[in-house]
Amino acid sequence: MFKSLKWRALLVLALTVVSLVYLLPTFFEMPSWWKEHLPDDKVSLGLDLQGGMHLVLEVQANKAVETALDRMAGDIREILTEEKIPYGQLERQGTDKLLVEILDPSTKDKFNEVLENKLSALEKIKVDERPEGVTFELMIKPKEAEHMKRLAVDQCLETIRNRVDQFGVAEPTIQKQGEDQILVQLPGIRDPKRAIELIGKTALLEFKLVDEENSLDKALKGEIPPDSEILYQKHENKETGEVTRVPYLLKKTTLLTGEYLTSAQVRISSQFNEPYVGIDFSDIGGKLFERITAANVKKRLAIILDNNVYSAPVIQEKISGGSAQITGRFTEDEARDLAIVLRAGSLKAPVKIIEKRTVGPSLGKDSIDQGLRSCIVGSILVVLFMVFYYRLSGAVANFSLIFNIILLLAGMAAFKSTLTLPGIAGIVLTIGMAVDANVLIFERTREEIRAGKTPRASIDAGYSKALITIVDAQLTTIIAAVFLFQFGTGPIKGFAVTLTIGLIASLFTSIYVTRLIFDYFLIERRIKSLSI
Amino acid sequence: MLEIIKPNTNFDFVGKTKMFLALSGLLIVISIFSVMVKGWQFGIDFSGGTLVQVKFKSPVEISSIKANLKNVTTREMTVQGFGEENEYMIRLAGIVTDLEALSDKIQSSLEQGFGKGSFEIRRVEMVGPRVGKDLRDKATLAVIFSLIGMLIYIWWRFELRFGVGAIIALAHDVTITVGTLSITNKPIDLTIIAALLTIVGYSVNDTIIVCDRIRENMKKMAREKLEKLINVSINETLSRTILTSGTVFLVLIALFFLGGGVIHDFAFALIIGVIVGTYSSVYIATPLVIFWEQVFPPKKRRR
Repeated sequence: MFKSLKWRALLVLALTVVSLVYLLPTFFEMPSWWKEHLPDDKVSLGLDLQGGMHLVLEVQANKAVETALDRMAGDIREILTEEKIPYGQLERQGTDKLLVEILDPSTKDKFNEVLENKLSALEKIKVDERPEGVTFELMIKPKEAEHMKRLAVDQCLETIRNRVDQFGVAEPTIQKQGEDQILVQLPGIRDPKRAIELIGKTALLEFKLVDEENSLDKALKGEIPPDSEILYQKHENKETGEVTRVPYLLKKTTLLTGEYLTSAQVRISSQFNEPYVGIDFSDIGGKLFERITAANVKKRLAIILDNNVYSAPVIQEKISGGSAQITGRFTEDEARDLAIVLRAGSLKAPVKIIEKRTVGPSLGKDSIDQGLRSCIVGSILVVLFMVFYYRLSGAVANFSLIFNIILLLAGMAAFKSTLTLPGIAGIVLTIGMAVDANVLIFERTREEIRAGKTPRASIDAGYSKALITIVDAQLTTIIAAVFLFQFGTGPIKGFAVTLTIGLIASLFTSIYVTRLIFDYFLIERRIKSLSI
Repeated sequence: MLEIIKPNTNFDFVGKTKMFLALSGLLIVISIFSVMVKGWQFGIDFSGGTLVQVKFKSPVEISSIKANLKNVTTREMTVQGFGEENEYMIRLAGIVTDLEALSDKIQSSLEQGFGKGSFEIRRVEMVGPRVGKDLRDKATLAVIFSLIGMLIYIWWRFELRFGVGAIIALAHDVTITVGTLSITNKPIDLTIIAALLTIVGYSVNDTIIVCDRIRENMKKMAREKLEKLINVSINETLSRTILTSGTVFLVLIALFFLGGGVIHDFAFALIIGVIVGTYSSVYIATPLVIFWEQVFPPKKRRR
């Protein structure tokens, strides 16, 4: 790069200073003036080193489409009743179809009109006309379904982010992965089970009336009325862990959902000294709630979360003011988490855990210790070997090796990389591979010396002739590391990163820096023999 | 001057090509045979399943852990010592639909059998079947693409015949490494794939060193026969080949013995790969260049 020794030395020195500036914040807490003017990026530790949880959730986006179709079926039912169009069968088929049977063929055109004006998301794929009725097979438009799915995934991502934020985890990672997956990384989390409950809960809050006209016993035997369903209330005995299930016969129609919530807080009941969750509705929600309760006084209203009945109190009188309570023998943590998920809102589609990795803090600490130990021992072995085999020249290579590691760590800080356990292995491997360049140079130099050249000419030839081989050799390893980075997950990416940065740095240190040292001794000090 | 290989050493590498091709062929057959008989032994990264790493306070028999967990699941289960003393790895392979409940059951069963507080669950990993398949596909592609990457690079830098030799040697290295892992019952997981890709990137280095020298010598000794030229080149670069692999070998030894459970297998795969890679760049990659030339003689004679 530069001819003069002085300029080359300055370049190396400048690079050292820059590296140290990048490196210091990782090891020391920097004063505020530093943070304002200089880089403050740290090399952070991966989940495998600091402990924590890695989750991949699959959003079951099809469910969002199904829910939407179910809602449309409800809308159609309402419209048909309103327009006085008699109908028979009306149900969802599979994930994307609706079957609607119009009993009176003469009302067919009226229904077509309704379809066109009010249900633009649906398209007719089959119309079966018989004298006793017309059956429409309606399908949701693929574009519309895609849109719904994408929306559901985005909404889940947002909701989960909200929940994690409110739960309070330092530096979480929550991001979309692929089309329908969400990656959640929670470093340092102590209670993974609780976190999973919090993140994975659909948290669909519904209010439904208890069906008191029909017999629950008959329903349990299989005679369920068409517009009712059986849901259960779970009681868990905290000491024995025994779960009992109490069945309820409920009307299928959802009167109100958690959509209209504005806030949810943990409160302690003065009566039983037990925590419960108090919820407040928005204006619209409050009015709806008032209307529902007014219309159903003395009836029982069930509060349902994710198809579990929490309670089914009798409505004593019209409730205005827009607030309600969810009770259910909660522990304080459970009540707090429930309040969080209610505030953050429900997931538009349920999520399923498809990958989960948790590392306890003690394992992480052990891994760091083991990583450091193998790093130190590996370095000592290589350093001793180089001095043993190449004498003082080996010492020069060793000096550049130290510089290489400084550059590698600084590079990681600058790129905000994460250090993982395989990443540490990558550093150790870099140490072994970085000196390869010097081995190639020194072997070549020895050949030239044997051929009778002067030390200076030998070094010259050694560097220039080995250069291309070195670049080839390190580049192939870097190519492989890049492929690895492309496909790898967290810890493995860390390996690819350290190896790549390390090898690129080694090209500079083991060629440029060692050359500078040799030139200094050969040109300035005019030494006559090489210790190689 | 310390020299492991004296100058003017002249081993007849090329002359023994047939013998070593036969040896390599045998190793490859054994490797493939082992994988075929035992089947792919994937870690849970690729097969899906559950893995629990437990550390006990005092020594525990592996058989008693197995006996304890017998009632939890009927699935195929392996329990192995792992990393440090009294530390064990419980692996449940296969496709598990309710991963969550299973790891809870394992914990409570161990608590009942060995007492609460007598052990610590240090790591739990669960991978669903879809993720496993995804990762498996990606890993296969990564290995194949990196091999193609090497081929293109060497083709571009040298000539096609060198590239083909190098790639066959690399495939040879990867196959034998995978075979060794299969024979020693080490499961293939993400870290092993990282090791394999590193082998692909690294063991081509020795081949490059030799090829560079062959090219250099082609100018110097244009009149020599290709066999002789290659043999001289291998001899001249032999010390380099051994030394560069040697330094990497040193750090791998450190990782193998001190790196802990996960890194142990990773280092093992790399050690095999580096040894086989060094061997193959001397005995397989360059002799194959001669073979290539016999099968596809160059249209223009050299000189």
